Amino acid sequence: MNPLSAEEWGIVALSLKVSLVAMALTLPVAYAVAWLLARRRFPGRMLLDALVHLPLVLPPVVTGWLLLLLFGRSGPVGQWLDSWFGITLPFRWTGAALAAAVMALPLMVRAMRLSIEAVDRKLVGAARSLGAGRWRAFATITLPLSLPGVFAGGVLGFARSIGEFGATITFASNIPGETRTLPLAIYSGLQVPGLEGEVARLAVISIVLSLLALLASEYFMRRAAGGRMHAF
Amino acid sequence: MHFDIDIAVQRGEREIACRIAADTNLVALVGSSGAGKSSVLDAIAGLLRPMRGRIAIAGETLFDSDAGIDLPPEARRAGYVFQDLRLFPHRRVRANLTYGEKPGGWIGFDEVVALLDIAPLLDRWPATLSGGEAKRVAIGRALLSAPHFLLLDEPLASLDPARGEEILATIESIRDELGLPILHVSHDASEVARLTDIVVRID
Repeated sequence: MNPLSAEEWGIVALSLKVSLVAMALTLPVAYAVAWLLARRRFPGRMLLDALVHLPLVLPPVVTGWLLLLLFGRSGPVGQWLDSWFGITLPFRWTGAALAAAVMALPLMVRAMRLSIEAVDRKLVGAARSLGAGRWRAFATITLPLSLPGVFAGGVLGFARSIGEFGATITFASNIPGETRTLPLAIYSGLQVPGLEGEVARLAVISIVLSLLALLASEYFMRRAAGGRMHAF
Repeated sequence: MHFDIDIAVQRGEREIACRIAADTNLVALVGSSGAGKSSVLDAIAGLLRPMRGRIAIAGETLFDSDAGIDLPPEARRAGYVFQDLRLFPHRRVRANLTYGEKPGGWIGFDEVVALLDIAPLLDRWPATLSGGEAKRVAIGRALLSAPHFLLLDEPLASLDPARGEEILATIESIRDELGLPILHVSHDASEVARLTDIVVRID
């Protein structure tokens, strides 16, 4: 007996796709921002820090509205994407991924920044004196030693993406099969009488996914704090 | 001239001045703890920028504030044995040793392993090494990077007398047989007296 209908599986699959793409997009950006904030002192550092954290404190609807202003068909970035690459984001699953990515960014940056700050800079100095240039020292010392934070941030961001609601519904709307992810489907189900069963099943899936992500991120953060990385 | 160094290094509020002009292979740098000996070594290795001055070792100018020369650390070819060793925790001993290995260096992997007696350690993680073992690995790692000179920061600290004697003998053979310029930081007068007559004091 299949516990979920084909439509419900479709919702789960769409949610996973949106969140995975959001993660793939955000990981390198988040790591670069985390590295800048952890290792560099530059003018505008406080501003960057505040900007990255903004989605954490803004009402998600406002974040979604800002995304519409920027990436909408008539927005500056949206126009540019449309005319150069033929990419449209609003009302598409890619737009849902962008909204999820922006909302996940602060959590990911925080986790990664902590783990980069925990890497002893003296080790980087040792690598340099052994003949490694900046890039090799980064790739062989800072990056591998901060990997637990990258995993933790990724998992945390993934969980945040799975649960994203406000920015997504504002920016990408609630289109079945295109942008109706788990939380949007649950919300829609609640609007219609008689769908209590579907709502409950989707809610259980959300809870399980979130719990798994939380446990995984906790595991990686513990490893980062332990500092003794024999498995690498 | 093996060592031609005249620098001023900022360390917190203080300014540390260090002058070394010597033609011997091994120069000892002494001074009370906290005097800034390690800062001087960091400046020579390129990990800390001096406020002004000039650093030339074995005929190569590494830093010259007047001439605008400031080689990055990876171009200075320093074999730096740090006081806190700084072995890479995520690499086994073998991978630590080969991190800076240069093909055609003046000493090979097998030679270093034999010289320092570290063959049984090659597959261990740094976190599992004793103080003396870790120290020998750090020295081996520095030697394998085919350095043009050595910076040894308290290389005998935290070693038992027997191990200390072995390391001391190793340093002497590097000094005599390889003719490599060595800057040796220590607070132990007898250790210094045995290695060299040229002692530079930092206060």
